[in-house]
Amino acid sequence: MKHDIVIIGGGPAGLAAAAAAREAGARDILILEREKELGGILNQCIHNGFGLHTFHEELTGPEYAARFIAQIQELQIPYLLSTTVIDLSSPASGGVKVTAVSRENGLVEVEAKAAVLAMGCRERPRGALNIPGTRPAGVFSAGTAQRLVNLEGYLPGREVVILGSGDIGLIMARRMTLEGAKVKCVAEIQPYSGGLKRNIVQCLNDYGIPLKLSHTVVDIQGKERVEGVTIAEVDEHLKPIPGTEEQFSCDTLLLSVGLIPENELSKEIGVELSPVTSGPKVNESLETNVPGVFACGNVLHVHDLVDYVSEEAAQAGRNAALYAAGRNEDQGEEIPVETGGAVRYTVPCRICAQRVEGSQVVRFRVSKNMRNASVCVYADGREILRRKRPVMAPGEMEQVLLKQKDLLGVKQLLVCTEE
Amino acid sequence: MIQCDIVIAGAGVIGSAVARELSRFEGSIAVLEKNADVCEGTSKANSAIIHAGFDAEPGTWKAKMNVRGNEKMDKLAEELDIPFQRCGAFVVCLHEEELPKLKELYERGLANGVPGLKLLNREEALALEPNLSDAVCGALLAETSGIVCPFELTLGLAENAAMNGAQFYFETQITGLERREDGWLVKTSGEDFLTKAVVNAAGVHSDELHNLVCENKLHVASRKGEYCLLDKTAGQHVSHTIFQLPGKYGKGVLVSPTVHGNLLLGPTAADIEDREETKTTAEGLGEVLEKSALGVRNIPIRQVITSFTGLRAHEAGDDFVLGETAEGFFDAAGIESPGLSSASAIGEYLAALIAEKLQLARKENFQPIRRGVPRLHDMPAEQRKAYIEKNPAYGNIICRCEQVSEGEILDAIHGVLGAKTLDGVKRRTRAGMGRCQSGFCSPRVMELLARELSLDLREIRKNEKGSEIVLEKTRG
Amino acid sequence: MPVVELTCISCPLGCPLKVETDSSGKVLKVTGNTCKRGEEYGKKEVTNPTRTVTSTVRLLGGTAPVVSVRTQTDIPKEKIFQCMEEIRKAAAEAPVRIGDVILENVAGTGVSVVATANAERIAEE
Repeated sequence: MKHDIVIIGGGPAGLAAAAAAREAGARDILILEREKELGGILNQCIHNGFGLHTFHEELTGPEYAARFIAQIQELQIPYLLSTTVIDLSSPASGGVKVTAVSRENGLVEVEAKAAVLAMGCRERPRGALNIPGTRPAGVFSAGTAQRLVNLEGYLPGREVVILGSGDIGLIMARRMTLEGAKVKCVAEIQPYSGGLKRNIVQCLNDYGIPLKLSHTVVDIQGKERVEGVTIAEVDEHLKPIPGTEEQFSCDTLLLSVGLIPENELSKEIGVELSPVTSGPKVNESLETNVPGVFACGNVLHVHDLVDYVSEEAAQAGRNAALYAAGRNEDQGEEIPVETGGAVRYTVPCRICAQRVEGSQVVRFRVSKNMRNASVCVYADGREILRRKRPVMAPGEMEQVLLKQKDLLGVKQLLVCTEE
Repeated sequence: MIQCDIVIAGAGVIGSAVARELSRFEGSIAVLEKNADVCEGTSKANSAIIHAGFDAEPGTWKAKMNVRGNEKMDKLAEELDIPFQRCGAFVVCLHEEELPKLKELYERGLANGVPGLKLLNREEALALEPNLSDAVCGALLAETSGIVCPFELTLGLAENAAMNGAQFYFETQITGLERREDGWLVKTSGEDFLTKAVVNAAGVHSDELHNLVCENKLHVASRKGEYCLLDKTAGQHVSHTIFQLPGKYGKGVLVSPTVHGNLLLGPTAADIEDREETKTTAEGLGEVLEKSALGVRNIPIRQVITSFTGLRAHEAGDDFVLGETAEGFFDAAGIESPGLSSASAIGEYLAALIAEKLQLARKENFQPIRRGVPRLHDMPAEQRKAYIEKNPAYGNIICRCEQVSEGEILDAIHGVLGAKTLDGVKRRTRAGMGRCQSGFCSPRVMELLARELSLDLREIRKNEKGSEIVLEKTRG
Repeated sequence: MPVVELTCISCPLGCPLKVETDSSGKVLKVTGNTCKRGEEYGKKEVTNPTRTVTSTVRLLGGTAPVVSVRTQTDIPKEKIFQCMEEIRKAAAEAPVRIGDVILENVAGTGVSVVATANAERIAEE
């Protein structure tokens, strides 16, 4: 049996993509989810702050997920739970072949005209940082600790140091404090936090937890269990400065040091990845270089707000529906989106102006903190957009909306910041 | 008090190899291990190489055991169902003036009886290994060099010994050794053992045990080596093990594929006092990355997924100490590189000595075949399908990075020497060894361990006592 | 006159605010803000800071050990730990639906603690 669309991942991206695809006319959609419930990582994000853009109210993660799950159920979109996709390939007959395994159905092969990649991301582990020291129990990535506390009901430790001021780390600082743990400090190697201001105020300042910017962990002590960590200040090259070491006794080190889009499956089917985002390179339809394979959410690039994931995923879902209906033929040349100034990357990184419907969202992140800089877009050297931003930060995603009429016939497109 | 014929001190690769070879004979064997699992010391953290045998001085135990051990590997790997690849090794020469040393190494290899050695010029070497650095001016190719998974080798040997009757006692530390009329009284942190023979396979502690009973004192230094392991995306960077010409501290820094498809860099070499100290250091890891780049270019060091430290038991005499060094006391002491390569040969040699000494007859029903945990990820689709049909738990993926199923984890927990800890599951199944380094699967593996072993989650450990992972229940 | 220093969280700008009050706690002046929202935030943070508390309660007879909860609206900031004490002692009987009231009038605030996730009952043997 050949489905119209198969969606890999039933988290916020997959759910929004599925709903939008159905609303765009796709009849036969299948969602594959590896966990035993839909909702993805939102299920363990029990804090509030989700949905301000989408629903104009502050929801917790599970509440936000539940609204999309309800929509999937209303639209009667089928899904398989506890089902892990183990391979993606392009059959000679066209489309996409998905191989998945589950306890219930064994090894199954599913073919679809289009696929939406919505696998999310994973946390960078200790090894990726090469943090020296012993290798005891008590070193957790923040998300693992979050799952243990919020879903399993267990406290990983009582005295905690957190490395990295990403939002999950900040959220966990508060969460563990509320559960009776003592969070001694949050160390951040950069001179600025990667987390939202609001989280710094409400998760750290509210509880008197110090945030040590330009600091990192240089040693972990303890043979069986973490007994302490050494933190040192770093110079402008992020190298520890000898003599600045400070000792913290603790039984737990949480790491919140970055997220990496999970694209092992994408690679199996030949999806080209961006070295900057580690996510697929996509065009204006969020389609990868493999025809009929779309990507959205954190597998595409790491987002700061789930609302933007939902919005982006809906676009991917709509385009997948168009593709499956055979209505997404090549209508013109794709031009690359070039980056300049502090713009690190853009999604999409290629645009076919003819396929843009009215306007096109371009999302990006910047490489440094800036005040009163402008985002500028040039088409063949002509300025087509200039937006002043009071503040831009690496931790926050930016976006601009380009009009189709400004893009038609353009050979060269540049998105940059100007200070 | 437990009575037995042979007590083996240590369930590392040497103790397990001796146990397996001895289990070919009648006689009761007790393997005492102070840690919670096999392969917890030197055996677990090393270069995972089955050396060809050109490195050691002709006539030494190291040379003899290495060459013999290498010879035995194909059959052993098949019998024990463990991965082993003869990927071959290069020793690369980085300075023209050192080329004669490469020749010396070649000749030493010939003297040791190593087959498959070839001297290559730069072009010949590059043709086989395109990522060699610009400095490489010549190389020795050793075709018989191979790679293995040290844990699976040790576990295979130990499980096969256990299948054939050897008893393993974990978390059992030897505290004293007293001579008795017909052998030894071995005092431990648990039960005491009365035995006819003792085998000293105590790794970095082998001198301590030896010195309890022998006049001739040994001194084993703990030599620390730091390693970096890279993601599987980097595993194709080289196809052979790339050594640099040996310097003052052993074999220098190597770059090697692993049997699981990762890329391994290391080790450094530093003698340390604390025999259990396995810290990594910023300097050490920096040195690994710097030195590995000397022989191989463009190593994708951003793909490091973990780093670790291994300890080598370096004996002052610079050779293995093998044989009956006191009445009924058999040493396998000071086993450093090429110890992993030599393990099966050392086992064979000591087992023969002990069997003769104790007049043990060969068993008729020795079962040399052991089967490891199936690896569904590596199976063709049809076979995988059949496995899942037989046992649906094989369809439930727990570790997404390495695609390890619940069924495989249950097999590991309920195996001959079953896993009891997260590390135990990880080493038997690779769950948690992938790029997320157990971030996603550890809570689920903990749940499985708790369910299968009837433990509370708070009792689940990473490895040894004191390494419990969660400390409290938040509610109720 | 007492001055409280704050970081505004109304937008990513994060203006450093100074809030001056008189001896009775009445706000006299907010400075450092760049917009009206900053002024309002400064006033509220000094006179009546509030927060939403999110946590979990024990789940009885459920397929999971705990179920997530929140205070239905903000509660006074100084009541957070008292609220957590009551949450720690509370339990919910499965099944639970989003919005089910788990605790009423938590910490005397008049605010209910409600479930934020659905939780199923474990199948009877």
